Amino acid sequence: MILDARIPGGPIQDKWDRHRFEMKLVNPANKRKFRVLVVGTGLAGGSAAASLAELGYDVDAFCFQDSARRAHSIAAQGGINAAKNYQNDGDSIWRLFYDTVKGGDFRAREANVYRLAQVSAAIIDQCVAQGVPFAREYGGQLANRSFGGAQVSRTFYARGQTGQQLLLGCYAALSRQVGLGKVRMHPRTELLDVVVVDGVARGVVARDLVTGKLSSFAGDAVVLATGGYANVFFLSTNAKGCNVTATWRAHRRGAGFANPCFTQIHPTCIPQAGEHQSKLTLMSESLRNDGRVWVPKTPGDKRPPDQIPDADRDYYLERKYPSFGNLAPRDIASRSAKEACDAGRGVGPGGRGVYLDFRDSIARLGRAAIADRYGNLFDMYARITGEDPWRTPMRIYPAPHYTMGGLWVDYNLMSTVPGLHVIGEANFSDHGANRLGASALMQGLADGYFVLPYTIGHWFATASLKPVGTDHPEFRRVEAEADARLARLLAANGSRSPDSFHKELGALMWDKAGMARNQAGLKECLQRIPALREQFWSDVRVLGNGDDLNISLEKAGRVADFLEFAELLCADALQREESCGGHFREEHQTPDGEARRDDRNFCHGSVWEWTGQPGAPRLHQEPLVFEHVKLATRSYK
Amino acid sequence: MKVKLRIWRQEDARSAGRLVDYALDDVSPDMSFLEMLDVLNERLVAQGEEPVAFDHDCREGICGTCSLVIDGIAHGPRRATTTCQLHMRHYEDGATITVEPFRARAFPLLKDLTVDRSSFDRIMAAGGFISVNTGGAQDANAILVGKEEADLAMDAAACIGCGACVAACPNAAAMLFVSAKVGHLAHLPQGQPERQRRVLGMVGQMDKEGFGTCRNYYECEAVCPKEIPVRFIGEMNKEWRQAALDYGEQ
Repeated sequence: MILDARIPGGPIQDKWDRHRFEMKLVNPANKRKFRVLVVGTGLAGGSAAASLAELGYDVDAFCFQDSARRAHSIAAQGGINAAKNYQNDGDSIWRLFYDTVKGGDFRAREANVYRLAQVSAAIIDQCVAQGVPFAREYGGQLANRSFGGAQVSRTFYARGQTGQQLLLGCYAALSRQVGLGKVRMHPRTELLDVVVVDGVARGVVARDLVTGKLSSFAGDAVVLATGGYANVFFLSTNAKGCNVTATWRAHRRGAGFANPCFTQIHPTCIPQAGEHQSKLTLMSESLRNDGRVWVPKTPGDKRPPDQIPDADRDYYLERKYPSFGNLAPRDIASRSAKEACDAGRGVGPGGRGVYLDFRDSIARLGRAAIADRYGNLFDMYARITGEDPWRTPMRIYPAPHYTMGGLWVDYNLMSTVPGLHVIGEANFSDHGANRLGASALMQGLADGYFVLPYTIGHWFATASLKPVGTDHPEFRRVEAEADARLARLLAANGSRSPDSFHKELGALMWDKAGMARNQAGLKECLQRIPALREQFWSDVRVLGNGDDLNISLEKAGRVADFLEFAELLCADALQREESCGGHFREEHQTPDGEARRDDRNFCHGSVWEWTGQPGAPRLHQEPLVFEHVKLATRSYK
Repeated sequence: MKVKLRIWRQEDARSAGRLVDYALDDVSPDMSFLEMLDVLNERLVAQGEEPVAFDHDCREGICGTCSLVIDGIAHGPRRATTTCQLHMRHYEDGATITVEPFRARAFPLLKDLTVDRSSFDRIMAAGGFISVNTGGAQDANAILVGKEEADLAMDAAACIGCGACVAACPNAAAMLFVSAKVGHLAHLPQGQPERQRRVLGMVGQMDKEGFGTCRNYYECEAVCPKEIPVRFIGEMNKEWRQAALDYGEQ
């Protein structure tokens, strides 16, 4: 496997401009002859499919949801960053670039991050032109707020529903192209495999989730925009349908998987209520702008929160990180919560929770101001917990939320399989070991609106592709393999539901490979996961048949892939003998419990190659060079 | 707590459906309604019975995938709440709960509680957008939108496209959905150039899909999980009349 990041030469601020000039173009009249298969219709996939169709390419778009508008980008609450400097507070492309590289704990590629910061401003312009109803000031200008990990106000938002509004914007653009006949939309259709012909990605095999029919689609490029893999933990803030199947299947067909151990645990989620829990709900971390995080100073203090005086409270983020306080980045805030709970100072059922208290800001700003900012979040909290956050502080606990790791891509967003492009959360490139708040929406839309539409043209113009149709024997072969897999799931006829396996895997991963990891725990995972996988294939029970809507069969296929992928995540976490960003190895910490990075040995992306069997991946490295942001200990103190 | 469930089971669009009784005796009040159905489904699988098919995804009330008519009310008894955000603590111990799919001619049933709402996507493709290609947009602050108008646009744009409005309407009209989409863009300066084409296109497609007509029952507003107000229907009617006059009967 050769890892050539294809980073253009020249000064960092000129790389993207120069690259755009140097890339070959496709004659406008020829664009319709190139067919692109876009899998996933969240912010990355939806914006890419719409933009590619506008350019004249022939596009097929796929999503497993019943409508493109329902992809999980829709659930992002807080906002989207852009280096507009509308607030005159000293923001710039350089500062957004710097913050993102530092926030990612120096494990992202500088050139990609710089480009992301460069195109960020155009995203806001594009979204406003589409009619995205961002929050406004009375004078009619756009409003901004500051967001976890940033000291400038560069976050644009639409109440607490920014992801929804951005997704509806790109869904509208996509709908327009569907109406014009430029995009063939395939909802309720799930990718089961990628078809590689002569080393080049030439199509996909997908299952119609209503009729169960398997179909092949051939194209000149495949774009995966299929999101992250946080559901490997079973309980996460992801939607129930989010899965690793597309990226894992692509990995098995030759795409390198980079940094799978870089997972983000979000600090402000509603704690688990019981065994029945099916997902965890995130509350926007914008709450940390006005809420103060605390636990009782004394372990086991069971007094109701309003009876614990300030002297007996530990506002631990303010104490440990005086300059960032409650706005400390996600990984740090999450780990501090775990630390407090591990020390027996956690609150609520099971002691897995910390308080997020608005008492002081309500006293300072008044209830109306707080209701205006967070009213919907207060309602959501009350609805889920049955508690009134106006009377008693919220309880929060970290939960898996986002995955920085993903398929390795070069500067053109192409994976190690030529023709296979990967965008949005599904790739690994921009967030390093930790993603800053309000940067996921930015990256998804940057990739889809402003990067891929250029780079994919270069691929078409230079690849000299031979015509390949679905009658090619490789399509028949991959389809037969996918079919056999489904048949095997249906035939296992065991005693346990797919969900029971998923829960067991998730509990193991959260316990041993979640917020904190150590060698013994990871080795235990590497032993137990293959055994669980074996048990799955012999003892899973999938009822019904393959030729209609079968929710068990869908679920079983996804769980089967999580059971293979989880092993890779653990192997990656085990070999990365350092702590950085969301990856915290207990063996590598400073005396006061902070992450200790090892730049001498681990300043690289770890890229895994599939060798034919789960559990035997081959490791490659992409060295990371920091020329503009000096490698430094990330301190928020 | 214990609950008795009567759930609509139907193999596919061609088969006849029926209500089937189930009993659960280990329901926690902290469960969401869908988590309660998860428990049922796990039990059905253990008994060798196919689980109940229902649509769901984000389970936090924003994706609009979940549906269900619960005891005759789309998304159940709580105001401004999607089914996935409804919790069992709102039910009495021993309650009998009837669960049916969203029913409308334009939402054909696929299986059990799952229906096909792609008619909404076709309405959107018929005009629910601003025709602006990627690139070339002017600076975002060059378009001023007063806070009051921006807030109104956002009130409409909050629609999650779940289709509860259709399921609740005795005529299975889609007016609240379509008017929210039309209203969102009509309240913004960016939406002005295509204002008339948009409303004509979307209403035209709505009629083609077989949705019923609005008779001002306002059931839609009552069940809307995002509390989209019916004022947008009034606004859309006005938009449409003006557009139809300007364009002539099309």
